[in-house]
Amino acid sequence: MTRQMTGAKMVVQALKDQGVDTVFGYPGGAVLPIYDEIFQQNGIRHYLVRHEQGAVHAAEGYARATGKPGVVLVTSGPGATNAVTGLTDALMDSIPLVVLTGQVPTFMIGSDAFQEADTVGITRPCTKHNWLVKDTDRLSGIIHEAFHVATSGRPGPVLVDIPKDVQFASGAYTEKTKVKVSHYQPQVKGDMETITQLVEAIETAERPVFYTGGGVINSGPGASQLLRELVEATGFPITSTLMGLGAYPASGKNWLGMLGMHGLYEANMSMHGCDLMINIGARFDDRITGRLDAFSPKSKKAHIDIDPSSINKVIKTDMPIIGDVGHVLEDVLKVWKARGRKVNREGLSKWWARIEEWRKVDCLKYKPSGQAIRPQYALDRLEALTKGRDRYICTEVGQHQMWAAQYLGFEDPNRWMTSGGLGTMGYGFPASIGVQVAHPDALVINVAGEASWLMNMQEMGTAVQYRLPVKQFILNNERLGMVRQWQELLHGERYSQSWSEALPDFVKLAEAFGAKGILCTDPADLDDAIMEMLDHDGPVIFDCLVEKHENCFPMIPSGEPHNKMLLGEASTKDAIGTKGAVMV
Amino acid sequence: MSALNIKKGSTKHSAYNLRPTFSDVQETHTLAVLVDNEPGVLARVIGLFSGRGYNIDSLTVAEVDHEGHTSRITIVTTGTPQVIEQIKAQLGRIVPVHEVHDLTVEGGSVERELALIKVEGAGDKRVEALRLADIFRAQVVDSTLESFVFQITGTPEKVDAFVDLMRPLGLLEVARTGVAALSRGM
Repeated sequence: MTRQMTGAKMVVQALKDQGVDTVFGYPGGAVLPIYDEIFQQNGIRHYLVRHEQGAVHAAEGYARATGKPGVVLVTSGPGATNAVTGLTDALMDSIPLVVLTGQVPTFMIGSDAFQEADTVGITRPCTKHNWLVKDTDRLSGIIHEAFHVATSGRPGPVLVDIPKDVQFASGAYTEKTKVKVSHYQPQVKGDMETITQLVEAIETAERPVFYTGGGVINSGPGASQLLRELVEATGFPITSTLMGLGAYPASGKNWLGMLGMHGLYEANMSMHGCDLMINIGARFDDRITGRLDAFSPKSKKAHIDIDPSSINKVIKTDMPIIGDVGHVLEDVLKVWKARGRKVNREGLSKWWARIEEWRKVDCLKYKPSGQAIRPQYALDRLEALTKGRDRYICTEVGQHQMWAAQYLGFEDPNRWMTSGGLGTMGYGFPASIGVQVAHPDALVINVAGEASWLMNMQEMGTAVQYRLPVKQFILNNERLGMVRQWQELLHGERYSQSWSEALPDFVKLAEAFGAKGILCTDPADLDDAIMEMLDHDGPVIFDCLVEKHENCFPMIPSGEPHNKMLLGEASTKDAIGTKGAVMV
Repeated sequence: MSALNIKKGSTKHSAYNLRPTFSDVQETHTLAVLVDNEPGVLARVIGLFSGRGYNIDSLTVAEVDHEGHTSRITIVTTGTPQVIEQIKAQLGRIVPVHEVHDLTVEGGSVERELALIKVEGAGDKRVEALRLADIFRAQVVDSTLESFVFQITGTPEKVDAFVDLMRPLGLLEVARTGVAALSRGM
């Protein structure tokens, strides 16, 4: 016998049946019935954010730190439009989210009603799929389907738009187990013939490199374990995209560091010089490839990806393997072991000798200054003082993000939350809130720039309200550092609109919210100040005044290939040609 | 989608070297896309084309299974082979899309279009229009003393040819359905 209940009750019931215990949201007229149901139960905890964008980023942080889908509840009109940036961010970075939006009642749709927006129309290109529910009988089935779509295949955000009359009306609840099996069932097992080809290539390669991405993280902790096993057993070097950091430990002996535009010299040179590139769950993003016609010219390329549209999108692949990273790696290991665990030892040792030469360049070296705190130094100290702790790092977007990726070491997956694809300033702070909600006892630090951080600073209210001890580690250079850097390299040092004037006193700002603020300006005080931040049991804004004109190196200038890296200030003159200048 | 079929050991170069860049030859392909007939599904398909900068030469859509609520969208598109592959892969990602068939590569297809063509004229021109219509097996579906509406079916090329002939004879308006296509054989 089917259970009858109101649409609003159905929403809560369906969320519970999906194992949801945490929702980030903001109420409004078109979702009041659902909020009324949330009020009358205890199974789901609702976190009230201060802006809908914050809710979506918090859910992203939660999802990335747990592997579970993040859930968001917002109202119609502006509630939904404010969620758009977060949805796009989650789509680009393949983060599973289920976003529920209220909508004006069905009989008012299309009448330009108060707080009406064409939410499914607006969010169609920035969700994996979305639904407008016009019938209460279909509501619970659609919510169950929404969770299936968000978490299957390449994960992503989905949105369910629920008109207010559908929330009030009663209908039949469809149990999770009774939902019609969706035809949406992406392939997870890779093609064995191509996997065997890859194993043959692994056996003979002289200069191999693993190039891993966020797909490894999304595939789950098991995939990271398999990756580690494969890397250790083959002895191949491994580099990762920004999104994939932590899948292989930074302390691992085969780790080359991050690759790409601000990647490490040894990582990029290995990509350029390799004869076998094994791309696992990455997508040849333009931040990674640099100039396409000079990208890794001498290599055979294998590409493991669950999304068929990633294959041959920008780089022609010799061995395309469509499937889930975990499943494919399991098969690769199985076949490789069965064939006798062969690798080309001789070639490999020569390859490592070359890599060691590149490592000697020590591309991340910098001179600590006695006067100003250099941002690299700040992150070195943060790393040293938090190493070994149960630590989660979020970032905003810009120079500080790249420095964090370069100078902090990630030992495990799901410990690194950053906006990679969309590059959303304002992501990190709300994401850190979502991470702390998921892991209340962990150390959660958001490495930020002052400009990014201000974009969602209203979420201080959320952090304080829920006593979430998130540490906001702001590298404050009073500049939009990355914009300034590009203006220096590309636009004749004309720093158009790239400085932060009228900045708040961050210590007072923290205090105004009822949190703790710390100001640090002297390198000599830095360790003590960081310890003070770590020891404080509550949210902290750490205003770390850093060197104002520091540039982020190494760097592959736009329009150049991997072997044309800029390593420091001396190499920057006329580094970017006119063709490169049009690229972002 | 499959890798280049180069036999192992037959070349020392990687396939990347053999084909250094993607081909820039423009090809026209007819795609048949079977979708759930649900609200917004056409917007998803069209939005994909506009959002990613692909071309639509023609598009037809109608529900073909009223019980299963599935529609068939026939899209004629032009692009480089790599773009065509991307279009198919991107279409396959859309959740309500069940199947994507590239009729151009899957052994050929029958392609037909229907057009309604209004022609005005009197005297010789009117007679000539009728005569040509007869040759093209176009039917008269509406007639006044000063005009005809012809209905013609055939390949897009045949319709084009007929429209071109009608132009000097007093062509007023054309309505075309776009291409409907089915693969040949079983």
